[in-house]
Amino acid sequence: MALNRTDVEKIAHLARLQIDDNDVPEYAQNLSNILDLIGQMQNIDTSDIEPLAHPFDAVQRLRADKITELNQREHLQSVAPAVANGLFLVPKVIE
Amino acid sequence: MLNKTLAELAKGLEQGEFSSVELTQAYLERIKNEDSKYNSFITVTEELALQQATAADTSRAAGNATAMTGLPIAHKDIFCTEGVRTSAGSKMLDNFISPYDATVVRKFNAAGTVTLGKTNMDEFAMGSSNESSFYGPTRNPWDTDRVPGGSSGGSAAAIAAGLTPAATGTDTGGSIRQPAAFCNLTGLKPTYGRVSRYGMIAYASSLDQGGPMAHTAEDAAMMMNVMAGTDPLDSTSAERNVPDYTANLDAPLTGLKIGLPKEFFSARLDPAMATLIQTAVKEYEALGATIKEVSLPNTALSVPAYYIIAPAEASSNLSRFDGVRYGYRCEDPKDLEDMYKRTRGEGFGSEVKRRIMVGTYALSEGFYDAYYKKAQQIRRLIQQDFIRVLSEVDVIMGPTTPTPAFKLGEKTSDPVDMYMEDIFTLSLNLAGLPGMSIPCGMTNGLPVGLQIIGNYFAEEKLLNVAHKFQQATDWHTLKPAGL
Repeated sequence: MALNRTDVEKIAHLARLQIDDNDVPEYAQNLSNILDLIGQMQNIDTSDIEPLAHPFDAVQRLRADKITELNQREHLQSVAPAVANGLFLVPKVIE
Repeated sequence: MLNKTLAELAKGLEQGEFSSVELTQAYLERIKNEDSKYNSFITVTEELALQQATAADTSRAAGNATAMTGLPIAHKDIFCTEGVRTSAGSKMLDNFISPYDATVVRKFNAAGTVTLGKTNMDEFAMGSSNESSFYGPTRNPWDTDRVPGGSSGGSAAAIAAGLTPAATGTDTGGSIRQPAAFCNLTGLKPTYGRVSRYGMIAYASSLDQGGPMAHTAEDAAMMMNVMAGTDPLDSTSAERNVPDYTANLDAPLTGLKIGLPKEFFSARLDPAMATLIQTAVKEYEALGATIKEVSLPNTALSVPAYYIIAPAEASSNLSRFDGVRYGYRCEDPKDLEDMYKRTRGEGFGSEVKRRIMVGTYALSEGFYDAYYKKAQQIRRLIQQDFIRVLSEVDVIMGPTTPTPAFKLGEKTSDPVDMYMEDIFTLSLNLAGLPGMSIPCGMTNGLPVGLQIIGNYFAEEKLLNVAHKFQQATDWHTLKPAGL
């Protein structure tokens, strides 16, 4: 399966990745090769096979509804790029 | 005192031959003098190490020492370490000083080990050669023109070069076993859920598993005694008792049934390596084991299934790196979308971007059934193969890798070429089974790994099977020239 420039640009947008224009052909080629490799799966009949999402088909564990987390806001925000008054700052989204 | 195993060092500390501070200083000195050849560490935590060593010596003097007290180790830079940069080999986290410890790190600290530093790795554990690290490739101490394997290649190179006696690693598709094989080490990927993933930066959450890397099975067992166990902070950690992994290392192997999957001895396997694996199997026969040919017919499909499931999970896991709460943020973003796109475009390397895009594509509208669901169905077929075979034999053996360590740059032009390196290791992660790689010989001066696969939670058996081989052979004691 061959991906073209538009495909790569669309995927990169969905993944919110800026890709340099000059790099698009190489990504298109690499991704097409990977999809060819992955395509080998399509020859296998899996019509009656239940998908396996987790090795033990485990379900989410439950615990008592008690507060176990401490408030560590300042500590955790110490590694943030920009904060003010306990909030994470990002570029303006509403004019 | 260097060039010893953890078990030997533990004895030296216990008998007062040297202190933990002396031992730690000796390793720090060697890292300082030698690591420029290998680039195996991203961060050396000298101050922390000396603090921990001093505390360990104090604790020993007070009579409170336990099995690992004062032993130096290194952690793969994927395990969050409080107050220390935890980069996952990425520019994205180059400025990330972790505000908390991973459970694995916390447990080692509580056991009294000394953290020498954080080891180099493929970016976000995505790679089989350590060449995708933002901090530059790591070199194999057996031949510095060759890769140490990946993604735990920094841990492997550091141990092989004698810069640490042991280290932690993580294995999503072979990332403990393949570098162990390439660097003549013993590496164990435990059963999925045996070791907590809390604070271990996520790549593919249904496959990721942390484990030990060391010279011997005995050392790996000592580390497993610390690492394994249920963790309320990881809901996928297994709720099962942890045995003493060192207790049955010497159990006789009489009557052990070994399965050799014919698919592991395919045309892909280097013929000289096939001979070494067969010789190792004969050694097991001499130890009392019986051999049976078995079949894992879906082995080849593990590559395509893995390269859907892992990228799909990665594309979701890595969406958290958006420049908002921690890590890299691009300069002067003009709006939010520009910030997301440039932060991620500039912060991630090309292999990470490729896998995010493959995963995004596979999960996008209209393709889910053809890719993700199909891969999970194949995942079940692979698991069923193993369950069938492991009802007939105790362990499965074969090569860890199809070739010995390859040259830097040899497989970087076509990602698919690199992906095929993992053909013998991926299937265990898909099935969630434990596996080891142990040294079993040399070809043209390069180490060869024997892979041993066991049933769910059979780590104790695997370590026993590996230990008995290491009692009968001395491959694991070989060191690179000059060391």
